[in-house]
Order: sequence, then C-alpha cells, then structure tokens
Amino acid sequence: MSEHPEQGGHGHVVPVGVYIAVFLALMCLTALTTGVAYIDLGQWNTVAALTIAVAKMLLVVLFFMHVKYAHGLTKIVIIAGFFWLGIMITLSLSDELTRGWEINPAGWTGLIPFLHHLF
Amino acid sequence: MSDMAAHDAHAHPQGFAHQFEDAVQQKEAGTLGMWAFLVTEILFFGGMFTAYIVYRSLHLGGFIIGSHLLEVKFGATNTAVLICSSLTMALAIRSAQTGKSRGAIISWLILTMILGATFLVVKFTCEWYPDYLNHIVPGSYFGFEYRPEWGAHAPYVQMFMCFYFFMTGLHALHMVVGLGILTVLVIMTARNKFSSEYYTPLEISGLYWHFVDIVWIFLFPLLYLIGGRYPGS
Repeated sequence: MSEHPEQGGHGHVVPVGVYIAVFLALMCLTALTTGVAYIDLGQWNTVAALTIAVAKMLLVVLFFMHVKYAHGLTKIVIIAGFFWLGIMITLSLSDELTRGWEINPAGWTGLIPFLHHLF
Repeated sequence: MSDMAAHDAHAHPQGFAHQFEDAVQQKEAGTLGMWAFLVTEILFFGGMFTAYIVYRSLHLGGFIIGSHLLEVKFGATNTAVLICSSLTMALAIRSAQTGKSRGAIISWLILTMILGATFLVVKFTCEWYPDYLNHIVPGSYFGFEYRPEWGAHAPYVQMFMCFYFFMTGLHALHMVVGLGILTVLVIMTARNKFSSEYYTPLEISGLYWHFVDIVWIFLFPLLYLIGGRYPGS
C-alpha cells in the first residue's frame, strides 16, 4: 500500500477495508468465545475465554483506537497502564493464593539441624 | 507536511491553540492526555476485575451458579451491538479525517448512538428488570428461600450478583456518559467545528467509546461464560 492514500490533514487514515476486516474478526471471535463455552474443555474453558478476550482487545486498541499508528510516548503510557494493572492483579493473587500454604510444622527451629550441618 | 504545519501556525487554522508547535503536536498531546485518563479508567475497572478474580477463586461454585442465572443470548447480542457501534464510531472519525460532509459524520455518530442506546435498552428490559422479578438482585428480596438447591452456595451466588450488577452498572453508566459525549459531538459537527485538519474531539471521544467496548469484551466472558455452559457444567 502506498503511503497515506487518503491523507487528509494529519493523522493516519485507516482504509475502510481494514476497519471492516477488524469488525468481522471481532464478530467471529465473539461467536467463537460463545461457542467454546458450550464445549467441555475443563480448566481450558477459562483460558480460551480470556485468550479470545485479549485478542479482541488488541484488535480494538491497535486498529479502532489507532494505537498501531500512535506516537511512541502514547504507546509507553498505555503499556505502563496495563503493567500497573498486572501488578495489582499479580500481587493480590500472590497473597490470596498462598494463604493456604503449609508453614514448616516444626517452625523456624526446624531449620537448626540444617544450620548445624552448614556451619 | 512540515510546510503545511508551518503555514498553519501562521494562519491560525480552526481549532489550533497557540501553545503548541504545530497541529500535529497538538493532536499528539490530546491523544496522550486522553490515554492518561483511560489508564486511570483501566485501573478503576481493574480494581473490580481484581476483586472479581480473587473472590471467584475463593467461591467458584457460587460464581458458576450465579453465572448460569444470566442469559448468554442477551450478553452475546449486546457484545455484537457494541462491536457494531465501535465500527460506526471509527467510520465517523474517518469521515472527518477524509473531509466528508457534516451530514456523513453526523449520520455515523447518530448510528453509533442508536447502537449504544440499543445496548442499554437490552440491558434494562431483557436483563435487569427480569433479574429483579426473578429475585436475583442482591438485597432483601434475594431468592434465598426460593432456591433451596443453592444450599451453602447461596451467599456466594449473591456475591456474584453483586459483582454482576456493580460491574455492568458501572459499564452502563459509562455508556450513558458516552451517549452524552456523542450528543455534544453531533452539535459540534453541525456547527462546523471539525475538518480534515482538526477533529481531535472526535478522535479522543472515539478512544473513550472503544475503551467502554473493551470493558464489555472482558465482562461478557467473565460474567456470562465462566465455568462453561456445556451440559453438566
């Protein structure tokens, strides 16, 4: 494709065909995520649903929201936003998911023979 | 491009503010500012998603029963409606970018508003009101005594419904705000405020509209499809 076939003023003009293709992909992925929920995949149902949701999000962000054509600084701000969301979810889960972990039943004194062995 | 920008800086074209070097810098600053706001929105909704993930992992049984109380057909329909509205919003901005008539821009904007309103009508009339009649709205009318089969899961079914109404309610509130923004854009377009040189309000309002679409893209599987819909799930 030649550069900016319909360049009007500033900003990248996305061809209508790209918008239609993204739209059709989003519709197909919606049908796919709905259909997959009716098939027993066990644990993988959730993985499939979230993977499809992330794929749809990337399509919307990159093409409808023009981030593919955005300034580098804007991209860094967006990535930082999702990174902070990742921190919030990861640290919350690292607390909640590890609460049931068994502590050494002998307590820290159980380490003494090991320490004697070391020194 | 640089020649044109230099020319613009002297001619003070429509919508150009003096503190910027040129119209390109102005548009980038507007986009960056809108994304800074959207990042706060990501973390705002993210707090709810985090709480949802934590409580879902603690009370999966109740959450699956709650999820099965929702109608997939309405959730899927509304997902499709919002994706259509994102397409029409993108085409509204493209009409401005390519210097199409005011009528073309306004038509796409109004189509977007109709689709946004359709989403809200489906949400209210096909989902929330029947939910209220079916005693699955949390509160004193919640269906503990009507659904003995829930057993010990009942409090967590109610917790799931709390997440459902808060998350979809907050999302619907964003839709209502979006409809207000679109109304302002229609008026601004009718007053000839935009051109292929200046359409930043359309562009950044589009970012907001697409963001609200993305929130729903995650709400649909998390609320409607969780735990699967296959027999025996």
